[in-house]
Amino acid sequence: MSLALYRIDDRLIHGQVVVGWGQPLDCSFIVLVDDEVRQSDWEQDLYRMGVPPHIEVIFASVDDAAEKLPAWEADSRVGILLVGDIDTAAALTACANQIKRFNVGGIHHRAGRTERLRFVYLTDDEAAKLRQMAARGVEVTAQDVPSARAVPVGEFT
Amino acid sequence: MSDSRQNGSLLGVIVSHAAVAQALVAAVSAITGIEGALVPVSNEGCGTDALAERLRQAVGQGPAVLFVDLPGGSCLTSSARYAKQHADIAVVTGVNLAMLLDFVFHRDVPPADAARRAVDAGGKAIRVTPA
Repeated sequence: MSLALYRIDDRLIHGQVVVGWGQPLDCSFIVLVDDEVRQSDWEQDLYRMGVPPHIEVIFASVDDAAEKLPAWEADSRVGILLVGDIDTAAALTACANQIKRFNVGGIHHRAGRTERLRFVYLTDDEAAKLRQMAARGVEVTAQDVPSARAVPVGEFT
Repeated sequence: MSDSRQNGSLLGVIVSHAAVAQALVAAVSAITGIEGALVPVSNEGCGTDALAERLRQAVGQGPAVLFVDLPGGSCLTSSARYAKQHADIAVVTGVNLAMLLDFVFHRDVPPADAARRAVDAGGKAIRVTPA
């Protein structure tokens, strides 16, 4: 079954991911790709707290993820891969061309960003990076929860 | 942020999804008549930075107990980070009305003690009623 969802979400592991997507997908593992979290036991404990014991959590750097992606894709269980920002998603898609889609699940307000959707705020530079990912053949859509419409990248960047 | 810590009592900050925190504050006030002991914080529309700022404004000058709705997710991660960076802050997850009703009457203790007491009071309220 492999990785059923590739998601950009600046909250990383949280309710929408674990319950909102995890339940309908029957998710058995979550891969959190973040160089900073990968280096912090404290951060890892914190993110693991939000995940029920039957779901495995794997913490990976971008380099780890590029190397292990084929194995995760070949896993018989269903998994979710999470990154916290567009740069990480872009780095990952650049070195792993088997990634065919990326979900924008939540990028929140910060200085310099403007509202694109209720749950997506982007700088012009970030919007351009998403369009570049799409131009390289990755299907980029914004969708916070499964019941919402998947908004194509052209409609919010 | 106005609160009732001038006498040295703890402040309770409820950190939740949507309007859960706001509703819990209203319910405690309706039941006890106590105002100012609890402050609501919602994660609605917040990224990590924005939620940290809401927390900072709500807590003001500690001490405080942060009552978080779930034992994971953005409310917890922001609260735990905040507590790690500030003295006199304790974090409790799984907030319920029973623990808050107990808390507002027992605020003259260190945050860690209040947190343990809240866990006890909140847990006792969770039960199956006799058929």
